[in-house]
Amino acid sequence: MRIGKDLVAATATPLVLGILAEGESYGYAILQRVGELSDGQLEWSDGMLYPLLHRLERLGHVESSWASSPTGRPRKQYRLSASGHSVFAEQRQQWAVVNRALDRVWSGHGGSGAAIAFGSA
Amino acid sequence: MDPQVESQIAAWREFAARRAAIGAVDVAELEGHLRDQIDALVESGLDPDEAFLVAIRRLGRLDDLSREYAREHSDRLWKQLVLADTTAVRGPSRLIWALGFAVCAAAAIKIPALLGVGMDASGSGFYVRNAAVILLSFLALFFLVRRGTRPVTAIVTLSAFAVAAVVMNTYPFAAEGATQLLAGLHLFVVLWLVVGLAYVRDRWRSGPARMDFIRFTGEWFVYLALIGLGGGVLAGITVGVFAAIGLDPGVFVAQWLLPCGVAGAVVVAAWLVEAKQSVIENIAPVLTKVFTPLFTALLLALIVAGLIQRSLVPPDRGPAVFGERDLLIIFDLVLLVVLGLLLYSLSARVPDAPVGWFDRLQLVMVVAALAVDLLVLVAMIGRIGAYGASPNKLASLGLNLILLANLAGAAWLQLRFVRHRGRFATLENWQTAYVPVYLAWAAAVVIVFPPAFGWI
Repeated sequence: MRIGKDLVAATATPLVLGILAEGESYGYAILQRVGELSDGQLEWSDGMLYPLLHRLERLGHVESSWASSPTGRPRKQYRLSASGHSVFAEQRQQWAVVNRALDRVWSGHGGSGAAIAFGSA
Repeated sequence: MDPQVESQIAAWREFAARRAAIGAVDVAELEGHLRDQIDALVESGLDPDEAFLVAIRRLGRLDDLSREYAREHSDRLWKQLVLADTTAVRGPSRLIWALGFAVCAAAAIKIPALLGVGMDASGSGFYVRNAAVILLSFLALFFLVRRGTRPVTAIVTLSAFAVAAVVMNTYPFAAEGATQLLAGLHLFVVLWLVVGLAYVRDRWRSGPARMDFIRFTGEWFVYLALIGLGGGVLAGITVGVFAAIGLDPGVFVAQWLLPCGVAGAVVVAAWLVEAKQSVIENIAPVLTKVFTPLFTALLLALIVAGLIQRSLVPPDRGPAVFGERDLLIIFDLVLLVVLGLLLYSLSARVPDAPVGWFDRLQLVMVVAALAVDLLVLVAMIGRIGAYGASPNKLASLGLNLILLANLAGAAWLQLRFVRHRGRFATLENWQTAYVPVYLAWAAAVVIVFPPAFGWI
């Protein structure tokens, strides 16, 4: 299944904020985590993550610093700032509403579909 | 890592670094990502070669990537107006437009003189009223034509110029009156911002777009100054050479070379900014780093001198540093230059660079400017109280208050930024959001002042 571009774009910010809410991380690890969380279904073009991180940094939602990886490579680490935490909390509430609404409408459809199937059987 | 992959990564790095939108730090970040990805793929059993190809592919096409970076870092985008590829619209056509409009501007400034207005004192009233319209309308046309604008923007821009021309020529100004001079000067500010509208087109609400125009203004000014220096040398040599063979070129220099040169240079400088962006982008940070310390020193010296003279609201005689009317205008000018310098360095700063000595120095400069502004303000209010209001005094007072509010906000935000409490973006936002204030005030001086003061 291929997930539409707009949907990927819309979920990118809340996903990244959520992953950073779990703790400090860096680009590659964030992408790994996205893969894990979506069972590999949510495919980003890897490079696009970085402009997104920079945008969040400019808006003050994340902070960054250079550290080095275990193998000694320089690595830019990102963490949530205070305003990032509040934005994350807000987005979480908004998405919960969306989630609930979709769940309800689909469980309704699922129910009627089952009924029709049952009736025709 | 495999040497062949190593050389492939080096080639990729060089290729990516050529994109204007992707900074050196970003290339390093992307390279780190690439290496992590390759390591993981090799571990899962791929050849290093294959791993490199897969990793590159997952990173995304460099064109898309650079467009995405450019969207986020519009200051980099500004340096190279074309996002992804290098096939720019530049070339001879833009130069021809620029030269065409420059020649038109030079002719337009001369035509009234040929029709008998006179470029000396007798016709100076006409030029005081109309210089801004004549000089800047061709610059606006240049942007409208060259940047392919929407009809709405073109109509708004051109009507603003038309309204300005009508207002300036139907108002019954007193000859050599103060309101006429004030209106003529402030019209430059109004129309410059109208030119800005032609420059940013439908992005006039956007802060980054306004910052682009501020950046443009700074670079344009630098080019104009350079052309002016060259023109000064040319004029001097012309006078010298012709005087040596017994001819006096004074009239030619004063009435042809100078006005036509200025009118043409306004457009040519704008073209140069666009065409030679990568040249100036190395100069802007240097200029701000040279002049910010010097102006900070000047402001501090001013404060000390003012306090030593101790005559802020002076009696009529005796030394009165902040009291003399002419000097008060000079101080406004100093503050304007300081604000210009501040804006110029904001626009030249790399937004994500860490806080450094220069940001702290800027804080000192802004606070010093704020102090000078307050001293001048006290003196002004004292003078207005003692001698009554006049158009000149009120115009200076208004400008002073506008600068005071701006500098106070700038100082506060700069302090927060230097102490790691605020972000650089808020500094930029403050300045870009402030631009309409200048427009409103300048327009008020042009439109409201003359009737309010009875055209004197």
